Amino acid sequence: MLWYTGKRLLQMIPVFFGATFLIYFMVFSLPGDPIAALYGDRPPSPGVIAQLRAEYNLDKSLIEQYLIYIGGFFQGDLGTTFSGRSVSSVMASAFPITARLAMLALAFEAFFGILVGLVAGLRKGKLFDASALVVSLLLISVPTFVIGFVLQFVFGIQLGWARTTVSGAAPLDELILPALVLASVSFAYIVRLTRASVSDNLNADFVRTATAKGLSGRRVVTVHVLRNSLVPVVTFLGVDIGSLMVGAIVTEGIFNINGVGGTVYDAIKLGEGPTVVSFIAVMVVIFVVANLLVDLLYAALDPRIRYAK
Amino acid sequence: MTELVTETVNQTVPSSNDPLLDIRDLEVGFQTQYGVVPAVRGVSLTLYAGQTLAIVGESGSGKTTTAQAIINLLAGTGKVTAGEILFEGRDLTRLSAKEMQGVRGSLIGYVPQDPMSNLNPVWNIGFQVEEAIKANSPLRGKEARARTIEVLQEAGLADAADRLKQYPHQFSGGMRQRVLIGIGLSARPKLLIADEPTSALDVTVQRQILDHLATLTRDYGTSVLFITHDLGLAAERAEQLVVMYKGKVVESGPSQEILANPQHPYTQRLVAAAPSLASRRIQAKKNQDAPAPEIFSAGGTDTALITRATERELAASGKDLISVEGITKMYRIRKSGLKYDELLAVNDVSFGVKKGTTTAIVGESGSGKSTVAKLILQLESTTSGRIEFEGRDVAGLKGRELLNFRRRVQPVFQDPYGSLDPQYNVGNTIAEPLLAHNVGSRKERQKRVLELLDQVSLPAATQFRYPSELSGGQRQRIAIARALALKPDVLVLDEAVSALDVLVQGQILNLLTELQTELGLTYLFITHDLAVVRLVADNVCVMQRGRIVEAASTDEVFNNPRELYTQELLAAIPGANFAFGR
Repeated sequence: MLWYTGKRLLQMIPVFFGATFLIYFMVFSLPGDPIAALYGDRPPSPGVIAQLRAEYNLDKSLIEQYLIYIGGFFQGDLGTTFSGRSVSSVMASAFPITARLAMLALAFEAFFGILVGLVAGLRKGKLFDASALVVSLLLISVPTFVIGFVLQFVFGIQLGWARTTVSGAAPLDELILPALVLASVSFAYIVRLTRASVSDNLNADFVRTATAKGLSGRRVVTVHVLRNSLVPVVTFLGVDIGSLMVGAIVTEGIFNINGVGGTVYDAIKLGEGPTVVSFIAVMVVIFVVANLLVDLLYAALDPRIRYAK
Repeated sequence: MTELVTETVNQTVPSSNDPLLDIRDLEVGFQTQYGVVPAVRGVSLTLYAGQTLAIVGESGSGKTTTAQAIINLLAGTGKVTAGEILFEGRDLTRLSAKEMQGVRGSLIGYVPQDPMSNLNPVWNIGFQVEEAIKANSPLRGKEARARTIEVLQEAGLADAADRLKQYPHQFSGGMRQRVLIGIGLSARPKLLIADEPTSALDVTVQRQILDHLATLTRDYGTSVLFITHDLGLAAERAEQLVVMYKGKVVESGPSQEILANPQHPYTQRLVAAAPSLASRRIQAKKNQDAPAPEIFSAGGTDTALITRATERELAASGKDLISVEGITKMYRIRKSGLKYDELLAVNDVSFGVKKGTTTAIVGESGSGKSTVAKLILQLESTTSGRIEFEGRDVAGLKGRELLNFRRRVQPVFQDPYGSLDPQYNVGNTIAEPLLAHNVGSRKERQKRVLELLDQVSLPAATQFRYPSELSGGQRQRIAIARALALKPDVLVLDEAVSALDVLVQGQILNLLTELQTELGLTYLFITHDLAVVRLVADNVCVMQRGRIVEAASTDEVFNNPRELYTQELLAAIPGANFAFGR
């Protein structure tokens, strides 16, 4: 297990350098000069431009720029945005908000998704199952912003239970509504995944044998059906942690949340290389770690995987 | 049917007057979109305390459904539609879910068919046994743990205490079946339902397990309801026999009597088709109209056998078509970290196969017989040694030559369900090798498909059907037709009939023999079933742990087995020592 974890962490190194270099390369080969873009229609004197270029290392070759950047990255200096704020302070404000939102959404989708999926799988073909399928199809096919606006309208405006927008500090209670919106699509997938997996396992030979042992129906379902059914669901959740953590541009936009998604979006629009690359670097690490966690959890759920290295 | 049951009652000397299990006119149906499809139609049987009764029949005969109805474990939409199942006088069909839960495990134990799929892969063995104990007794904690070890030791796992924390995938098939038997008997039930408990196991393991099961049930005085498709096995293990066919009981009574003197035509066919040591090699008959079984008969073919044998001898003169010299295959098994274990799957194996003959490679699972097949088919490369086909080393074949070799040496695999693409209709399936090797035009290929279907005795219309619409026997015919499409010289048959019912197995073996005579084919027959070997092979190689321990002509191996291992294998054939009425 330790060996396996170590190997996986070592694998992170090439992934990290590869991904950051690729992003660095792409951002810097975007059309348009970031300095010129800063000043709009009235370009500054060539002297000023040269000075700015030197300050942001834009006069050096791509490889040199990348190495300088990575060197700084490991010393904790992520560079500064064009507005003069350090990238690390931007990160420090954006990531906690996104993390709160992501964890809340993850909790919602995992809890309700598995619960609804389990009941639907046990009552396959019955009314509950049919309605769960229709609702999940609806959630998958309707765009997120529509769901967002509907929830905003119903809970925020009609009922007045929640604020339609989130304040700057984004406290947990204000994030409930956006988390529900963010979780909706994944919830639908988890319902379907759990349902299919449960109804498959219900027909498994070992479930029949468990019943033949004289176990109660409740025990058969919780001990023999549910745990076996969770393996694919956990895989999905793990991938989802990654995509939730890197931010949700649409949901953040609707509820006016200053999270990762919106920040990166703005940075890309402005061509702010250091900001984009730094955020992406952190996202890469989050993705890889999340995947590692899934694989470890996977092994905990299914002992057959434990010894396969 | 009622008479038959009364007959059973009369002939038995029950230890107590009331039967333990009394099934009366049981009917079970499955709800489908076309209405209720009956699976069990008016079955009656009686089982007394301490007795063993076997239900015999082919797949689809309703034997498993009957057994599952007893403890209400019917799959899917299955439902008891009429009749009663009296267990100690109580009608089990009327019990509530809660009451049935009390019957399962503690009064009626259950040992399922496939040890591979009947233990939950994510819980350790100890947990799964202990759970059964806790469900049926007041034992908890340490006591339950101690009882778990006891149960497993009784079931034949001596080192149970050390292995409680291990998972099913770390146990062999035989050991898993022991665990399942332990679970089934853990609460000392009055009745044990054993549904094909050893069908998935090797003959020698099967024998050990069944002997053990017999000892346990005798000691505990447990009645056993034994479900099997193997007549020999049933006769050997049960005093009473119930033969089922298409959901009905067609014959019942004491085992010996039924075997010696089968009354119903279906039982007669079943008895005739049961391959046993008494049978002889099938001889192809031209223009045969009658269905398969009767050519299995032992009597009167001896002269024919001799003539055929001489013919064979003559045809076989000269060089071997396939010659295998000292082949070895080593696999590296990864252990923790960077360490490897080496496994010699095939160890210095040599033999030759002459043109137009059948050579059988026999052994238990893990003996390396399938690996030999893969090596000869060039699906894997040898670690050392030489395989020659028509005197040429096949290891060096590349490109066109390799393609040519593949065309002449074709495989047929075990599972007729898995080896056909469900999305391909039969015509396309058979034509695929022709297409892959670029043989003929579209029209010619179509013609060849019809020709092949005719050769394997299937109607031309079959070409438009899909595998899911066909029976196991029909599918295996198609797999054979596909293998024959390229007019090969050699067929490598890897357990090609092992998954089939006896009657179907008989038909396929006959077909293979006919094709051999007609097309001059050479067969390499890989199997674990010695009884089948007797029917088809000219020569036998017995493999054990990667080595050939005995190689000789079929008659020699069966009449004078030299090696102890071969003798064990022969002795383990169920019903080996029975005189089948023929």
